[in-house]
Amino acid sequence: MEVPLTRYVRALRLAGARVSAAESIDAMRTVALVGYGDRALLKESLGAVLAKSLDEKALHDRLFDLHFRLEPDPAQADAETRESAARDGEAEAGEQSGEQQPGEPQSDEQQAGAPQAGGGAPGGGSGGEGEASDGGAAEDDFTELADSGDENRIALALARAAGKVGADNIRFETQTGFFARRMLEELGVADLEKRMLEHFNERTPAGEAAAHRLIDLRREMLLRAREVVDQRFALFGESATENFMADVVASRSLAAMGPGDMPRMKILVAKLAKRLADRHARRLQARNKGRLDIGRTLRASAGYGGVPFDVIWKQKKKDRPKIVAICDVSGSVARHVRFLLLLLYALNERVADLRTFAFSARLEDVEPVLEAFDFEQAMSLIVNRIGSGSTDYGQALVDLEDGYHGVIDRRTTVLIMGDGRSNNSNPRLDLFQGLAEQAKRVIWLSNEPQNRWGTGDSCLLDYRPWCTRMAYAAAVTDLEAALDDILSAYD
Amino acid sequence: MNASPPAAGPILTGFDSIAAITAALGSVGYISTDSISTTVYLAHHLRKPLLIEGPAGVGKTDLAQSLAKALSFPLLRMQCYEGLDETKALYEWKYGKQLLYTQILKEKIHHLIEDADTLDASLHKLSGFQDIFFSREFLEPRPVLRALEQPGGSVLLIDEIDKANEEFEALLLEILSDYQVTIPEIGTIEAQVPPLVILTSNNTRELGDALKRRCLHLHIGFPDSARECQIVRARVPGISDLLLTQLVAFIQAVREERVRKLPSISETVDWARTLLLLHADSLTPELVTQTLGVFLKRQGDIAEIGDKAGAITNAAIKTAADPLAARRAAALKAN
Repeated sequence: MEVPLTRYVRALRLAGARVSAAESIDAMRTVALVGYGDRALLKESLGAVLAKSLDEKALHDRLFDLHFRLEPDPAQADAETRESAARDGEAEAGEQSGEQQPGEPQSDEQQAGAPQAGGGAPGGGSGGEGEASDGGAAEDDFTELADSGDENRIALALARAAGKVGADNIRFETQTGFFARRMLEELGVADLEKRMLEHFNERTPAGEAAAHRLIDLRREMLLRAREVVDQRFALFGESATENFMADVVASRSLAAMGPGDMPRMKILVAKLAKRLADRHARRLQARNKGRLDIGRTLRASAGYGGVPFDVIWKQKKKDRPKIVAICDVSGSVARHVRFLLLLLYALNERVADLRTFAFSARLEDVEPVLEAFDFEQAMSLIVNRIGSGSTDYGQALVDLEDGYHGVIDRRTTVLIMGDGRSNNSNPRLDLFQGLAEQAKRVIWLSNEPQNRWGTGDSCLLDYRPWCTRMAYAAAVTDLEAALDDILSAYD
Repeated sequence: MNASPPAAGPILTGFDSIAAITAALGSVGYISTDSISTTVYLAHHLRKPLLIEGPAGVGKTDLAQSLAKALSFPLLRMQCYEGLDETKALYEWKYGKQLLYTQILKEKIHHLIEDADTLDASLHKLSGFQDIFFSREFLEPRPVLRALEQPGGSVLLIDEIDKANEEFEALLLEILSDYQVTIPEIGTIEAQVPPLVILTSNNTRELGDALKRRCLHLHIGFPDSARECQIVRARVPGISDLLLTQLVAFIQAVREERVRKLPSISETVDWARTLLLLHADSLTPELVTQTLGVFLKRQGDIAEIGDKAGAITNAAIKTAADPLAARRAAALKAN
């Protein structure tokens, strides 16, 4: 009875929800309380127990409908399982005797007799079909099931077959046909096919009609089986594929990203940002127990005649992260900047104090644009307006010094994204040195690999001595590593 | 699997079905939804704490208060803030009283140890008495411990847990899973009747997995127009039907706009009260422009909506005049 639930929990986990063992136990208790009968109630209840954030709730809403749509009603399933177990046992006995005497019509009769004796399933109506053939051949299990019209029984049999052939392990959509066929084989389609051939071999109109009827039955069952496998794929395979694709995107070069990758990248960046925020969760006051704050303790004790009631310990205040991002948005770097800013802005939970400047020829504060428009729109505005001039790092530093002098203080990490190709203008190392001295740390991310630093008009090697760290940002994981480094300095 | 619900204690009265919870909440003026009632029902019967998330002003705290009222339990409320620690939440030793008693008992102690010759002997004599200063007598219970000590059950509201530090979350874990507090000097204090624990969060930070795992989760979002009408009518009884439907339609439209701080139910109620004071029977663009500040709390938002006030008002009036169309739209949205 718990099987649908454990499978559902597994599907949730595969899709990325963090469901612990304790929570699945809670889910079982919940089901015991509310029952399987009312699906809307069950959905609401499991949502409260298993999905603990808005994202997980959305996941739950999607997967619940998928999962329980084809699920047979477990209340009946319980009775059916016992019944069918008995039937399976007899059918197996029948098959065994069939193997002992292959080709003998007797075995067919035994099999036909089994379901009626075992379950009292509505198999009586199919007797007419048996008459059409030459007396001996009767219904096999598969035909009897397909013909029974008992939706719940068919669903249950299919679910069991899906379990036996391991349909939950489906990874790619192209495997659907394979698993559906395996399920039919599990249900004993071979018997049906044998009879179908026999009917064809009769070469009479009646035989042909009977054969076509069997083909129709088989097609119908195949469709149902495919439906089940499709559902399994949506539940288990799709998330696995999606996870796989996300891994691929995470390590792919940023320069090779196409517009088609954007939706997946956004999801990935949101995940990375959450991971970063979790890792550097706010601990603003590190309690420094063990070091007495003598001054404050004495002052506090004054009211109690010098008896130190309130003992006050020294506390170390921690800086809130403050990042000033200076981004080269000329053509060669713009794509990298887009992902850097996407990640930075996804981090706003952790980094509230963020200023962003963009430059190519001149430097501008792009904070207002990023605030006012949604991200995509803002980025194209910035790139169009600022990114067209010829890049001048020296001028950018001058503009920063003139216009935004107070922005960088000793709590600030300066994050620069650019290739350092300044078109042979003065790199203004003096200003850069001043900036580095004011700031807490200077991190430089380049879109060029290390062996190209300093070649041609690149001034990266000139700037390098003043940087705390200079790194090549190839993939989005490199951006994550850089931000991880920056945030570590504030932990 | 044990299919029977937990044995009915004294706290189960009136909460034995989901409909009963909706009715009980309704009787104290809280308009519930299926999702809210179901989750409360589960929290109640599974004896699990309930974590409520959602935007500010949608009735998270109010739900806890209404539950306490509906159950006629005392409500113990703990407002969280950064730096909250166990001495404010669980218990504290009454230092003053301890000191005072030591002073008063000085004489007695003298008397006790005067026949002991050595330091060792007097220490030995005293050792049997030391613990009196760390007994329940000198313990000042804070909201969490007080909730556990209520003989008839209680509702414990831990408000805005996201404002407290993560260390504080860890402190709560024992209470949330076992309904007990361990005090090193005394031992473990178990709840007489497990309180109904409600935690609220505005999602200013992500809560820890350990905390979430121990709680049922309920997200309360902005209400649909039918429920919002019910709530405003319950809270502002004097309001005319026409004004009510127009006002709710207007607020629902504003929530679709590019507004930083979306107006919540509490703002809708405030606005309804304001309009009632101004003796308004229906919305007009001028009236809306004058009272924007009641439900929009940012200058940028007021400017944004101020420009469109006329258009949104007219649309709202139209929606209110044709409730069938509105219902159809709501049904569409729900789908």
